[in-house]
Amino acid sequence: MTSAVGIGIGRDLAGIAGLKLVPRRYYGRWVAAALIILVLAWVMKAFAEGQIDWKVVGQFFTAPAILSGLVNTIIMTVCAMALGVALGVIFAIMYMSPNPVLRGVALFYIWFFRGTPLLLQLLLWFNLALVFPTIGIPGLVEWRTIDVIGPFMATLLGLGMNQGAYTAEVVRGGILSVDVGQTEAAKSIGMTRLTTLRRIVLPQAMRVIIPPVGNEVISMVKLTSIASVIQFSEILRNAQTIYYANARVIELLIVAAGWYLIVVTLLQIGQFFLERFFSKGRGDRRTKPRIVEEAGA
Amino acid sequence: MNASPANAIVAAANVTKRFGDLRALNNVSLTIAPGTVQCIIGPSGSGKSTLLRCINQLEKIDQGAIWVDGQLIGYRIKGDELHELSDAEIARQRLSTGMVFQRFNLFNHMTVLENIIEGPVTVLRRPRQEAIAEAEKLLARVGLSEKRNAYPIELSGGQQQRIAIARALAMKPKLMLFDEPTSALDPELVGEVLAVMRDLAASGMTMIVVTHELGFAREVATDVVFMDKGEIVERGPPNAVLVAPQQARTRDFIAAVLK
Repeated sequence: MTSAVGIGIGRDLAGIAGLKLVPRRYYGRWVAAALIILVLAWVMKAFAEGQIDWKVVGQFFTAPAILSGLVNTIIMTVCAMALGVALGVIFAIMYMSPNPVLRGVALFYIWFFRGTPLLLQLLLWFNLALVFPTIGIPGLVEWRTIDVIGPFMATLLGLGMNQGAYTAEVVRGGILSVDVGQTEAAKSIGMTRLTTLRRIVLPQAMRVIIPPVGNEVISMVKLTSIASVIQFSEILRNAQTIYYANARVIELLIVAAGWYLIVVTLLQIGQFFLERFFSKGRGDRRTKPRIVEEAGA
Repeated sequence: MNASPANAIVAAANVTKRFGDLRALNNVSLTIAPGTVQCIIGPSGSGKSTLLRCINQLEKIDQGAIWVDGQLIGYRIKGDELHELSDAEIARQRLSTGMVFQRFNLFNHMTVLENIIEGPVTVLRRPRQEAIAEAEKLLARVGLSEKRNAYPIELSGGQQQRIAIARALAMKPKLMLFDEPTSALDPELVGEVLAVMRDLAASGMTMIVVTHELGFAREVATDVVFMDKGEIVERGPPNAVLVAPQQARTRDFIAAVLK
């Protein structure tokens, strides 16, 4: 059989085995690399020759106002995302409920919060006092809306409610990705609908939910910056406040950009470990993309 | 609807189930005594799996009534009205039956042991240690003690199905339903699952088995039902239905399977 392989080319297998192997040459890669180095050099030259005082960048990188802005950005990201994921799970479950009232409410929520700009929603929350001067339970407890909904609250509600509408769809997709046989097996051992969701379906849906939600956490870090319009002092707003005073615009934008990149990088590392945790029972704990053979296939 | 559910573990009376225009079950009546191994055979699309799924309320019947363990399923009788049961009440009714699926449906994110104790711990609220001790006995019984900490994906189909049987038994059901338990298995793995089922039948468990394994049916069944086009065509002891069928449709089916 081995001798048959080479017939027609003039050499048999033994003859082929003696030849020197020359790897394929990737000329395109070398050309692309050269072009990119050129472009990078040009950009670096522009930054080096431009009116950028790198000392100022270093000096403001750890300025108290910048650091307190950074802390606010992180706190807001965590709170708004927590609210968003909680609402997302609740509304996804409502959306898939057999109860038409709950489904209707979920549909309306997703329709409204996906259908209007985030900036507009932030302004609405911030100006809520114009519609509801007081909030609370009439006759029992009441607060002036203006005292309750400050920049922090308005931003949290705006970002969180908006995020919830998007996360609801992500969670719904995750739930749909779990094989219906899992639900039937859970029912067959006497689980109710909600127990089945909590114990069987959601843990398996997480594998599908985590990557897009991780993506949205990263997006949320940067979205907090639009809260500067309602005076929430996150990192970008504090950077702006400083450059209004000292006119070092580019330097302070570089400071802010640097911090955003640091936070996002740390989040990406966190996401890697989270994904690995939720790929339990998928035969592969390294979350490298690969084809996983389904059980019983 | 004058079935006498008193001494039957399952009593189905004039059950009809439609999927759109298709009548998956057409006026089916069947009573099964406790301790029986009831095999249901028939061509695909004959309604045999649907009947099993109706008994476990995975499908809702359109007409007729089913009693399991003396209880009318899905409804409560109040005066001259039938009241639909709630999700939680249906879940409670399912506790008397265990079910084994064609495609195993083990919980993929849980180990073998976690699969087996999930029902006892989460649903029956049994202490975890007690449930684990029980699960280990079941694992020994299906011959898979060493797979205790494996995930389902690491097991062969035959092993997964044996674990699925252990998971159902952990709930201590009075009745076990098997929906083509060996149809998704490679031929060389069928034997190990049938061996566990044979052992279970010998222990006196009431079983309803939808199967294509005529050999198993002939050896283990107390009673065989042949279904076709949503109806029960023939019923009787295995030596009658499988060896000397009275109906032409049964004869044709058995001849086709044995070919």
